[in-house]
Amino acid sequence: MSELSGKALRLAGMAKRMRLDALDMALAAGSGGSHVGGSLSCVEILAVLYGEVLRFDVKNPLDRNRDRFIPSKNHCVLAHIPALAEAGFFPHEEILAFQKDGGRLAGYPRRPEIGLEYSGGSLGMALSVGIGMALAAREQGRPSRIYILMGDGELNEGSVWEALMSAAHYGLDHLTVIIDRNRLSYDGDTEVVMGLDSLGAKLGSFGWHVSQCDGHSIPALLEAFQDAAAGRPHAVIAETVKGKGVSFIENRPEWHHHRLSQEEYDRARAEVLGEGL
Amino acid sequence: MKYTPANIKMWARMGQRGAVFGVAMPDIAARKDQVKLLTADLALLSGMERYAKKYPDKFLNVGIAEQNMVGIAAGLAMDGYCVFASTYASFIAVRSLEQIRQNLSHMGCNVKIIGSSAGAAAAKSGISHWATEDLAFLRALPNMTVLSPADSLEAVKMAEWAADTEGPVYLRLSGGLGCPITYEADYDFVPGKLVPLREGSGPAVIATGLMVSEAMKAAVLLEKEGIPCAVYNMHTIKPVDKEGLREVFSRHRLIVTVEEHMVTGGMGSAVAEYKATLANTPRQVFLGFQDAFCEAGAQRYVWEQAGLTDIQLAARIAQEWRRDA
Repeated sequence: MSELSGKALRLAGMAKRMRLDALDMALAAGSGGSHVGGSLSCVEILAVLYGEVLRFDVKNPLDRNRDRFIPSKNHCVLAHIPALAEAGFFPHEEILAFQKDGGRLAGYPRRPEIGLEYSGGSLGMALSVGIGMALAAREQGRPSRIYILMGDGELNEGSVWEALMSAAHYGLDHLTVIIDRNRLSYDGDTEVVMGLDSLGAKLGSFGWHVSQCDGHSIPALLEAFQDAAAGRPHAVIAETVKGKGVSFIENRPEWHHHRLSQEEYDRARAEVLGEGL
Repeated sequence: MKYTPANIKMWARMGQRGAVFGVAMPDIAARKDQVKLLTADLALLSGMERYAKKYPDKFLNVGIAEQNMVGIAAGLAMDGYCVFASTYASFIAVRSLEQIRQNLSHMGCNVKIIGSSAGAAAAKSGISHWATEDLAFLRALPNMTVLSPADSLEAVKMAEWAADTEGPVYLRLSGGLGCPITYEADYDFVPGKLVPLREGSGPAVIATGLMVSEAMKAAVLLEKEGIPCAVYNMHTIKPVDKEGLREVFSRHRLIVTVEEHMVTGGMGSAVAEYKATLANTPRQVFLGFQDAFCEAGAQRYVWEQAGLTDIQLAARIAQEWRRDA
């Protein structure tokens, strides 16, 4: 077995467990529902980041030299919390308490001690914060790299373009933005709601180094994260499917935020496990 | 920092903004590591050239992008910097309000927001450039300290204090060049404390920002009319000085709050919110912009429309005082 395929297999296993965790969390969320679609679209992205790319030490979570990951689109919570549990920031059984009143995971808090670097949720804000972190790391001579996960719909926000412009201006080549290009926002097709196509050209014209890849292919993601350019910030446009892995959720805008019933959970779990019902 | 009478006069000529960026910030940068001053393309107008030239590594111009500026400030603060971020009060306190709420108020980042030309100082640039609701917005945010200096000396002292104090601050700078002097000699700036500037057994005027000097001039006019008016400088809008206010309420029969701000949600409201929790307190008159935009024009012309010049203040206070007599 080659080194890459061994790594890819390991990360694929991690992604599968995370997807199952996401379903468990969606079920646990009960009638209030949760952000199912946008979490399932970025499972592989987060598995590759937390399983391979990011440098951190869960025993020393506040290490100044750690890499920073900020989910600017916090609609990825069902994937992010499992990724943090996989990485060992907290016990696996805690993931189901992600919406528990008084719990330390509820409501997208900032808790760097368990890997939550930013209290996100309002779209279009985190890239600017990541730029501040990247400027700080460069000036302080720290090796930290900064990774920001954004939704494609989030790119409608004007503040994003202020930030994109400035990251290139400052030549922040230790800053990577991953765009979860699942082509759906809350109200439907991004190209109908507010068109984003020629996104790579847009980012390139802003001075970013742009990689595009299949956001569900682990080897492709690993390669994309390697594909950096000196002196330029890096954008990885990950082509994804909203609700990936569950046939009745895939590409369905209503699953942006939705309740998962027990019956749906059983079907979804079987699909992820690759079992026919 | 030398708080000499000569410096106080020089800083007054520079105005609050000129004194903060031309004097206080270079001093802060000289004595502290890990300081940053950010601006959104307002370095020249703000008098930051000297600072930027002397401390290029502690300076960052993000272009005309206030929201991005506040986000970058927060990111720097999360990694140990004490960050000052500044542009017109109208833009920084309103355009980037959500970034301030999330990054500073909620997450507690150590960022000092400095809004300049607050009130109607941007005069003829029009309503778009006026900050007449900023105190209401920023005062509503938990964990923020909200400061409004009466003169350049106080502005310098506030900037120095903010640099040495962890946590988010909004510093509201008023006026342009040439700021009237309230404190002719050095004094102890105590954050959160109401400052009695003039004693008097008649009405108590509580003022903030440039209205402090207008109120002081009005008090002289009132004295001539036989109304002994007390004047207090409320330089800290949040948190309010409860002890100081309680004492004012117990000593005076009439409270008049004066601010270069809408009366909705501003300093007067902060005073009233606390007053309403107490029994048997005096009546309050709210002076400021009366929930309406004035016509654009020179700052004094704007003040006249809202009744905020010294002569108008004196007439109104006399009228209210005699009404109660």
